[in-house]
Amino acid sequence: MVGTVTSQGGALGSAGDSDGWVEELFYSFFKSLVGKDVVVELKNDLSICGTLHSVDQYLNIKLTDISVTDPEKYPHMLSVKNCFIRGSVVRYVQLPADEVDTQLLQDAARKEALQQKQ
Amino acid sequence: QQTTNTVEEPLDLIRLSLDERIYVKMRNDRELRGRLHAYDQHLNMILGDVEETVTTIEIDEETYEEIYKSTKRNIPMLFVRGDGVVLVAPPLRNRYYTRNLAMGTM
Repeated sequence: MVGTVTSQGGALGSAGDSDGWVEELFYSFFKSLVGKDVVVELKNDLSICGTLHSVDQYLNIKLTDISVTDPEKYPHMLSVKNCFIRGSVVRYVQLPADEVDTQLLQDAARKEALQQKQ
Repeated sequence: QQTTNTVEEPLDLIRLSLDERIYVKMRNDRELRGRLHAYDQHLNMILGDVEETVTTIEIDEETYEEIYKSTKRNIPMLFVRGDGVVLVAPPLRNRYYTRNLAMGTM
């Protein structure tokens, strides 16, 4: 069946296979947040605030115009403007709540969960 | 294409908690309580309205007693990487109640 992938207002699941959904919910989710300001907290307790420039399938993250949030008792990166963060060292990413469509996310998670069972 | 809605495997239990508040135990003595908006097979998650609790133990230099301290903070929307997750559960109710209920003393 040749499917026309219609994304109904969501940027999720558009990195397509034939039915429009890839097992990469969070990759699609982060792609929809490119350009937004986020705070990435690393496993070494460093928190970096910046603009999400790009993300990949491993959830590696590139941030631009970064600054260290928590009181700068952690490594000063005063001269660093942009950075690449390996996905595996991320503990959290703090997101702007109003940029997140929770309903869409929940529906996507349900679909992804069912897809994973096959 | 299988579209079963029955609960068969552990990840199905988590699916039941979508849009509900959950408790997440993480590595490094951290706990999260928040509303589950998304998850995947790695246990990456998106939680809303989150309270994080970090528990530390301080040792008194003289008495050597262990002092448990916890630090809390609130985050409106949070992505949690799955490799830090240890346990996912419905929020702990009143612990005194549930513990005594389990022991049969209530």
